[in-house]
Amino acid sequence: MDDAKLDALGQTIVSALPGAATGHSVAFNQLTVEVEVSKIVEVVKYLRDDPSCRFVSFTDITAADYPSREKRFDVIYHFLSPTLNARIRLKAQADETTQVPSLIDVFPGADWFEREAYDLYGVFFVGHPDMRRILTDYGFEGHPLRKDFPTTGFVEVRYDDQEKRVVYEPVRLNQEFRKFDFLSPWEGADYPVLPGDEKAGPKV
Amino acid sequence: MNEQPEQLRNFTINFGPQHPAAHGVLRLVLELDGEVVARVDPHIGLLHRGTEKLIEQKTYLQAIPYFDRLDYVAPMNQEHAFCLAAEKLLGIEVPRRGQLIRVLYCEIGRILSHLLNVTTQAMDVGALTPPLWGFEEREKLMVFYERASGSRMHAAYFRVGGVHQDLPQKLVDDIEAWCDPFLKVVDDLDRLLTANRIFKQRNVDIGVVPLKEAWEWGFSGVMVRGSGAAWDLRKSQPYECYAEMDFDIPIGKNGDCYDRYLIRMEEMRQSVRIMKQCIQKLNAPDGKGPVVVEDNKVAPPRRGEMKRSMEALIHHFKLYTEGVHVPAGEVYAAVEAPKGEFGVYLISDGTNKPYKCKIRAPGFAHLQAMDHICRGHLLADVSAILGSLDIVFGEVDR
Repeated sequence: MDDAKLDALGQTIVSALPGAATGHSVAFNQLTVEVEVSKIVEVVKYLRDDPSCRFVSFTDITAADYPSREKRFDVIYHFLSPTLNARIRLKAQADETTQVPSLIDVFPGADWFEREAYDLYGVFFVGHPDMRRILTDYGFEGHPLRKDFPTTGFVEVRYDDQEKRVVYEPVRLNQEFRKFDFLSPWEGADYPVLPGDEKAGPKV
Repeated sequence: MNEQPEQLRNFTINFGPQHPAAHGVLRLVLELDGEVVARVDPHIGLLHRGTEKLIEQKTYLQAIPYFDRLDYVAPMNQEHAFCLAAEKLLGIEVPRRGQLIRVLYCEIGRILSHLLNVTTQAMDVGALTPPLWGFEEREKLMVFYERASGSRMHAAYFRVGGVHQDLPQKLVDDIEAWCDPFLKVVDDLDRLLTANRIFKQRNVDIGVVPLKEAWEWGFSGVMVRGSGAAWDLRKSQPYECYAEMDFDIPIGKNGDCYDRYLIRMEEMRQSVRIMKQCIQKLNAPDGKGPVVVEDNKVAPPRRGEMKRSMEALIHHFKLYTEGVHVPAGEVYAAVEAPKGEFGVYLISDGTNKPYKCKIRAPGFAHLQAMDHICRGHLLADVSAILGSLDIVFGEVDR
């Protein structure tokens, strides 16, 4: 589908769902519709059942973390319409306490994807019958894909020969975690002071 | 006979994570009523490596090797999705020879994956010969991987903007010479399995998925084609030069394990057809030329150039330390990987590292339906169904 058609489709969806779908945009030949998080089930049902949409194939649910925002998460849904041969992306904003309605009654395939978003980001879905962690370890704490979760994590495991079992210990790094800042100081980057320049005092 | 039957309790067993039919590190908690499966609870994540978190810390170039390690039986198909996503954001088009090489190696990956799946599915239901025959061909294909990229499996050969290096002519000729004898191997496997009574008893009418359910559960690839949808991203949303390739999409009628097996067999033959066309086009005059975009802000300069040009040397240094700056935006790119739709959802904030990279693995969506498909089947069918779902844990657990 070309951009004009996608744009028209986006307009149809937004005008058909006042209050639920709040806006749309087309970029890179892909349609994004912003939705109100509490109305997500209504929107998805419309997209699935309306004869001009037929987004019957579930593709993906994920989240993105923007810690500086008031509502830090974008919950992002992807659907595919084999009839239109088109994809759609829905975006809803949520924070740590927002109760995002689960899609599991509309699309059973949402099951693990919602569990994953909960596990990795801590987005909370209500109406999901089995909200357990899925990818991380049994008894894991925290939500690793949040931007404020360190890449090294908090615990490390090893097999203890004395105790004859795997033990959990706080992470001990023999060398500091190496994070390189390769963003060029002379191209595009916006440093108030160039790295290293703060050491140079004013010339006397 | 008036006495009440004693309180009956379903039997719970643990299947895996070290069971040979679990295809890796799957742990299934099975609730059995006699020999009938009452509930399946797959526990995944035993191979979780935090790939998505790691990719956020690395430049776009450094992210590529992680994709080899997702579905490690068809590594290049995964790299492809990531490269397509980054290329969409950058707005660059891969030169023709680069596209042809990519398609050629994607089809090699498809055969690698289908060979493994078809033959181990046969092994799961009791046949030992097919894997021995199939793995011999896989070994030859992995040599082609090695000759192109230097590595049998974890190739890191597809780069943003094209592929890493050109193929030597001898390699192209050898791949061509491999094609026709391989069709005979497929025929041999066909004779061994397709009409085999035991194989049919174990697979026909097992794990039936109606098309409506297949869409709802997020299935893709062979799993929807087996249920009767003529849906293949290579045809319906062609990427690279698939639009000019001539090939057929086999579809199933019953949506059972046996149909999915038949589709995989036919897809291998179709892949050989595509490979032959690629080779023919690579040998044609317009198939010569660069394999990667010639913009040195995206792809490194050639070694010989670096010896002479200071600018080329700077470009090389900048590319391998700082990396490519990808314009801000978000994009979802999907390829028809052997196992289904493999998608990469990339959010860029304009720096040299992805802000977010979500990997949408087909196996993840397929495996979550285990409970739905297996209910009411016998315990022995669980491994047959698992085999036909085509699960690889690298991509499920990420």
